[in-house]
Amino acid sequence: MRFYEFEAKQLLKKHRIPLVQSELAKTADEAAKIASDIGGPVILKPQAIAPGVATASAKEVADPAGAKAVAAELLGLDDGGRKPNGILVEARPTGEAVYSLSFTYDGTTKRPVVAASDMAGKIDDLGDTHPDRIVRRHFSALYPFSDYIAKELAKSLGLGGNDLKRMTRIVSGLARLFLDYDFADLDITSLVKLGDGNFVVLDVQADLEIEARHRQRPMLNELGFSKDDLRQVREPTEFELAGARIDEEDIRGIISPIAEFDGNIGLVIGAGGGSLTLTDAVRKHGGRPANYAAIGGNPSVDKARRLTKLVLSKPGVEKIAVMSNVVSNTRADLVARGVIKGIIELGFEPADKILIFRVPGAWEADAAKILQKYGIEYCDRTVSISEAARRAVAKAG
Amino acid sequence: MAVIVHEDFQFIVQGITGREALNFTRECLQYGSKIIGGVTPGKGGREVYGVPVYDTVREITETQRVDGTIITVPLAFAPDAAYEAIDAGIKEVIIITEGIPRKDASAIVEYAELNGARLIGPNCLGVIVPDVCRFGSLGGPAVDCRKAFKPGVVGVMSRSGGMTTEICNALTLSGLGVSTAISIGGDPVIGSTYVDLIPLFEADEDTKAVVVYSEPGGTAEADLARWTQENDSRLPIVAFVAGQFMDEMPGMSFGHAGTVVNKKVDSPADKMRRMREAGISVAEEIGDIPDLVRQAIGN
Repeated sequence: MRFYEFEAKQLLKKHRIPLVQSELAKTADEAAKIASDIGGPVILKPQAIAPGVATASAKEVADPAGAKAVAAELLGLDDGGRKPNGILVEARPTGEAVYSLSFTYDGTTKRPVVAASDMAGKIDDLGDTHPDRIVRRHFSALYPFSDYIAKELAKSLGLGGNDLKRMTRIVSGLARLFLDYDFADLDITSLVKLGDGNFVVLDVQADLEIEARHRQRPMLNELGFSKDDLRQVREPTEFELAGARIDEEDIRGIISPIAEFDGNIGLVIGAGGGSLTLTDAVRKHGGRPANYAAIGGNPSVDKARRLTKLVLSKPGVEKIAVMSNVVSNTRADLVARGVIKGIIELGFEPADKILIFRVPGAWEADAAKILQKYGIEYCDRTVSISEAARRAVAKAG
Repeated sequence: MAVIVHEDFQFIVQGITGREALNFTRECLQYGSKIIGGVTPGKGGREVYGVPVYDTVREITETQRVDGTIITVPLAFAPDAAYEAIDAGIKEVIIITEGIPRKDASAIVEYAELNGARLIGPNCLGVIVPDVCRFGSLGGPAVDCRKAFKPGVVGVMSRSGGMTTEICNALTLSGLGVSTAISIGGDPVIGSTYVDLIPLFEADEDTKAVVVYSEPGGTAEADLARWTQENDSRLPIVAFVAGQFMDEMPGMSFGHAGTVVNKKVDSPADKMRRMREAGISVAEEIGDIPDLVRQAIGN
């Protein structure tokens, strides 16, 4: 869950991480006022979630008049169907030196890790261009963070004297904040050493671990996050919201995730890795999926019925493919009943609307009987996912 | 020979009275697995399909040899259950529970390593050696499980539980069969990655090739590519990377918590490139896997 930069900076400020002078403007006039308070050139950062929008559109302006004009323009940006949540207006001090820091979990060692560089930027990108300019230290999520780890990192950056001590304080503070608030990623892409020897953080990007959102509720409340704000990269569509409602209203089985694409083949597909594989398979054979709707966990007849109706009601969707990996617990016969019921309720013949049905696993013999009765092509486990997708796409035409 | 489990492997189930645990306990027993106890605090003294239930893990480990545990307790209790098992001396720990934040997973992994225990998962379905031992919930009811998993020569490691069964079913149908299959889990931090487990397959004389199923997100595939380049393994590897469509949708999450493309290394295209450069055979389509394995082992 991506934080707006102003939110991340509120947390950093609370934990006494030194920050550049910065304030959030909700309007162009406010931006001009803040720019005038700061004095001199400022940087305007639209507060956005969609990947790349915030960094690609930050702009430097020379004076309050410039701030007003540019802020007005930035407030109109498209952030995945939303408007930016204000503009961060910041001083842009030039420093003697610049650094970057990145906290994340290393899937290889399975430990939290901090990386640092004596260049500004995202460590992930610097890793490609300047791998020799990056130093790393792993730490522990089991034991409390100890300052010496930050000191060793500062030392390996080549720092000494007061620089070493100041950097140690900042890295330690951020490491504790990273752990305490369950961040998945915390990137300080620009940390500047000023002429007076102090360090200030300029640019921050923070992502909360989505699975920790419940236990981090107090912090999220403090920042003003609404309960259902998951900070998706784009606003959910009507179709996606309707799918989520069907999922919520019936606890039997799970429909998640559900996403809308712009193709013509409706998909009612098995959950988890199966749905990823099936979507790829349809595309590989030239099909254009209209949606992603992973259904699993042994859904009820009613859940399958409602999902089928939703997918078939989407404009441009002529037919659906009902497919899954070999399932362990989902009852194929219940899925078959639900899908057929949904199609009949829409006033169609099931055989005209179902391209293929491949749900091998529990109760598959019963499912086969039902489908045979309606003249629907049924694939058992001897037909691979690739072959089932090929047949579905061929029939869709 | 087999990987992780064996004929006499004895294990327990933590959270045995939960809905999902009841199902897979019954399924494992029907499959022939030796479940010698279950743990649910406050429910000690009961029985589940003839398996005695205890309040604590230590009540079982003090009187019997316990080789492994399956943890399927509610989210908030999962780390505690893992620490309890590790402190009681259990060396093979599977966590099925989904949704454990990576900080907690990382702490559990570190604690397991310090105590010489191996963690599989979280968010996985466990391990199966066909017709020998099922340690987890792979394959569903015993009758369906036997259809999908037949003994054979291919080791399987998969980030998706469901796709573990799908791939093993295809290998079984093709006549190659499965030596050991491991559902390693779909989270960003898991106890055992491909690189941690492949030496076990290397040492297993029944395994002639390894199939790896992977998804967007994380460094596990890059690590496997590096391992392959650095080790002169006798085992050919066939890999499949799902979710290629996600490369067009940065930041969107599908499927497991770890399944998201944020960094370059997360991307299926990047994973496929790295593995191919390392000499791993990467399947374009899931259905190609059995033939690629046959080619690789010259069968």
